[in-house]
Amino acid sequence: MRYLPKSPVERQEMLAAIGKKSIDELFSSIPEKYRLREALKIPGPYSEAEVIQYFKERAAENAAGYTSFLGAGVYNHLRSVVTDTIIQRGEFLTSYTPYQAEISQGTLQAIFEFQTLMCQLTGQDVANASMYDGSTATMEAVLMAERLTGRRRVLVARSVHPEYREVLKTYAKNSGLRIEEIPFTKSGTVDVNALKSALKDDVAAVAAQSPNFFGAIETYAPLAEAAHSVGAMFVVAIAEGVSLGLLRPPAEGDIVAMEAQSFGLPPSYGGPFAGVIAAREKYVRQMPGRLAGQTTDSEGHRGFVLTLATREQHIRREKATSNICTNQALCALAATVHLTLLGKEGLREMAEQNFSKAQFALAELLKIPGVRRTFDAPFFNEFTVELPRSVKIVNSHLVREKIVGPLALGTPYPELTKHALVCVTEMTPRTEIERFAGAVKRALEQPV
Amino acid sequence: MAHPKSFRYTKEHEWLDVKGDLATIGITDHAQHELGDVVFVELPKPGAKIETGKSFGTVESVKAVSEIYAPASGEVIEVNSELQNKPETINSDPHGAAWLIKVRLTNAATISDLMDAAAYEAFIAEKGKETSA
Amino acid sequence: MNGKIKKASRHVNQNEGLIFEKSSPGKRAFELPPLDVPAAEPAKALGAHHRKEGVEGFPEVSEIEVLRHFTRLSTWNHAIDLGMYPLGSCTMKYNPRVNEFVARLEGIATEHPYQPQELSQGCLKILRLLEKCLLEITGMDAITLQPAAGAQGELTGLLLIRAYLQKQGNPRKKVLIPDSAHGTNPATAVIAGYDVENIKSESHGQVDVEGLRRLVTEDVAALMITNPSTLGIFEQRLPEIAEILHAKGALLYMDGANMNALAGITRPGDLGVDVMHLNLHKTFSTPHGGGGPGAGPVAMRKILEPFRPVPILVEKENGRLALEPIRPDSIGRVKAFSSNFGVLVRALAYILAYGPGVRQATEDAVINANYIRKHLEGVYELPYSLPSMHEVVFSDAIQKKNGVNTMDIAKRLIDYGFHPYTTAFPLIVPGALMIEPTESESREECDLFIDAMKAIAEEAATQPEIVKAAPHTTRVRRLDEVGAARKPVLRWKPAAPRSTAAD
Repeated sequence: MRYLPKSPVERQEMLAAIGKKSIDELFSSIPEKYRLREALKIPGPYSEAEVIQYFKERAAENAAGYTSFLGAGVYNHLRSVVTDTIIQRGEFLTSYTPYQAEISQGTLQAIFEFQTLMCQLTGQDVANASMYDGSTATMEAVLMAERLTGRRRVLVARSVHPEYREVLKTYAKNSGLRIEEIPFTKSGTVDVNALKSALKDDVAAVAAQSPNFFGAIETYAPLAEAAHSVGAMFVVAIAEGVSLGLLRPPAEGDIVAMEAQSFGLPPSYGGPFAGVIAAREKYVRQMPGRLAGQTTDSEGHRGFVLTLATREQHIRREKATSNICTNQALCALAATVHLTLLGKEGLREMAEQNFSKAQFALAELLKIPGVRRTFDAPFFNEFTVELPRSVKIVNSHLVREKIVGPLALGTPYPELTKHALVCVTEMTPRTEIERFAGAVKRALEQPV
Repeated sequence: MAHPKSFRYTKEHEWLDVKGDLATIGITDHAQHELGDVVFVELPKPGAKIETGKSFGTVESVKAVSEIYAPASGEVIEVNSELQNKPETINSDPHGAAWLIKVRLTNAATISDLMDAAAYEAFIAEKGKETSA
Repeated sequence: MNGKIKKASRHVNQNEGLIFEKSSPGKRAFELPPLDVPAAEPAKALGAHHRKEGVEGFPEVSEIEVLRHFTRLSTWNHAIDLGMYPLGSCTMKYNPRVNEFVARLEGIATEHPYQPQELSQGCLKILRLLEKCLLEITGMDAITLQPAAGAQGELTGLLLIRAYLQKQGNPRKKVLIPDSAHGTNPATAVIAGYDVENIKSESHGQVDVEGLRRLVTEDVAALMITNPSTLGIFEQRLPEIAEILHAKGALLYMDGANMNALAGITRPGDLGVDVMHLNLHKTFSTPHGGGGPGAGPVAMRKILEPFRPVPILVEKENGRLALEPIRPDSIGRVKAFSSNFGVLVRALAYILAYGPGVRQATEDAVINANYIRKHLEGVYELPYSLPSMHEVVFSDAIQKKNGVNTMDIAKRLIDYGFHPYTTAFPLIVPGALMIEPTESESREECDLFIDAMKAIAEEAATQPEIVKAAPHTTRVRRLDEVGAARKPVLRWKPAAPRSTAAD
């Protein structure tokens, strides 16, 4: 087998050196009746070409060649080939967690740069080396607020991504946290009055997302003020990081939980992505996840190490800030390479293109009789429209034209049946936006 | 470093310097030596209550965290804020400048249950023999 | 320096500052195609939300500078592609390159998790086949592929146990955890809402079965066990342990980090395990990438199946696959978007390459570990003498006599061209050296490792100072971790540069 570097002769010699006559003897500590005597019933062995063939066949059964108008937390953005060139280097791809700093300086410096970029984007003081994704980062941010305030109630905006809220519920059930949801107004943003009514000094955190699940941009100041007025923390979730190229960062937030998928990570049917937590410096010791810190070696050279490890499971065990061990390091590296390629101007230009294309798409859709905007809040690259008929039916027509239509909102938001979440990025050509609008018009004209 | 004769000591390596019902509490030279370079100290706020045998804070080195256990019950009157900026004082002056908290004791009489300097030094010598056996 | 070092031990590499230090306004590394729609006016539409200038401090560099920057950084790392990582319980095996290729295919990397399921049958078939293969390997009845890593898998497993016990009327209060366990185990138990009770290992480093019998009450929800143990020793009494727990209505959770000793040889499901997680980035070759991503699927007995995280992969009558988001007893989601799919693709590619021959990988892993053990017995102290499986744990007791500890030996090993083994874990062995070569190491590499460890043992006896000051040949020497923790500097700031970036 090509991954096993031993010849049959070498195996025999090594067994002899160990003092065993057969491989079976090496497993003598496993009681006989539990040792498998038959081969496992799994396909293979496949040669390299057969492995590739298998996956090519699967790839052909998916949506390659379709134009997609889906966002909802996973975004199609341009990625440079340079990113893969770097993360495919064996020294990054096949290296281990940088616990042995002297032979991991490449990884550690890259993490330090990632942390810096995340602080710059979010306007916060410190950022960690990654969490699994935006949903678990949001959950960890809320748990962090619970530890810092000692309180048990959390108010979460209903306009936060439905799956982020589901994850929060799963984790909250066992930590005694009470999650309550705050409604959105007909503008599509958090109902500040409802928030204020719900706020008491037993609230650990107020959590909102911007742009929110509907693509609407939240105004941070009144939410932060309301939270702080009762001593609660303001947690901001960001699912579409490219928005920070055009939108003011959540400087009023105490803890920011961001998904970095938009920074050079392909959609990949949902993962692996990378979450990150950024916060004020004074909260750093309650922050979960790894942290790379700058230091010097015994000869005075600058170097980097994992630091403040006493927060983590391998030292603190039951009292750790989180149980996280393996994170999303290589994905964070991809984001780091991607962002340094984009640079200041590139990110701004990308964000502006998203913004312009989304405005154009909305205008095209509003030309169609019966199509209306759901919310009037400003948006970045996603917006919601109301259709005169079922979104699912419209989408089934679109599929025939090789278009993956916008997300139907009726399941997560029953009051928004017939509303759809449209996403347009810099990758959606004008011709496709026009074709999409034409296809929607035709779908709406079909007999019922 | 010698352990001051006027102090009292616990098996968890804390010291107390008692004057009336006021006690100054710290960790011993032996403790700081075992811990290594101290990087961070977590202490309660003034006004907090501490209870005999329960942890009231932590001392951290790079690779380990140690709980600090209350040698007696009482109310925290003063906390050594210097240690936030200079945790290394615990290594250099554990019995003096690196006092952790000052406490008004609930019951000063319980102090006599604790070890004196000689008993403490015998205790750590015995422990030393056990671990190297 | 010891003239007997055979491997290349010093990288030829260059210095490189932080990317921010190379930044200069106006440099571009990336250009976008021109905008093909009318440019909208952000200032007007966004008002106070508008970030007029770009992100402050963001680097402005050229493409070649980015490429050189990260290429140079990469040369400062050790990697499996360069040589062995004998890290116990990490299973640092070869990361097959074809896995990277298939994960990047158009139609695999490009799929959106919310696209219509009829357009995702390829993805769903991959998930289904992986489920089947992992169930076959573990001998379990049902599985979830959702958890993003082992720690999240552990949590999912404990939440399944909790939900199951809750449904019977009492979730119970505590989880038993051996003192030899990985740190994620107790950390996870607390998050799952349980108290942790430690159970001491007996004299051979195994779970103390008599002690367990006394500890298992109706307050105990589960025992979390690692098998083989973190000492690399098979828990022979595992079926008995399962019975003790089941008799009191408790469950047996197995941390599957050490599956590299079992795959194809025995099945945890047959041994009495109720629920377990797998580390795809260990046993199933997906790359560590400097710390992640991974995936931690959880396999379970039928009794736990109703509680699985949603969505659930089902096969419909017409053979179509679908993800069902509603299950009344589900514990909910542990992560958005269903899984680290790209990692799952790589794991399946690995399994298909081996087929039933995955057994041979396990055999070679155990041969390598025992070969190393045989040659180092007597050179290093072996605290537990039961047979080793895929990893062996020594201690630094002999070398300690000269003031040389496991960390020193580990650092000196770097000079010999290897990544250190796992130091100071498991906690039950003071001064542990935990060595797991994996099946990916050739005999030659194992011999080089053995020679290096023998040479270091000799140095520890005759010139301990050279070991205690190691490593000597790396880009940086031992770093000041104390300073880094006392005054953490966790990001670059555009202040005066430190004067220490000297050559």
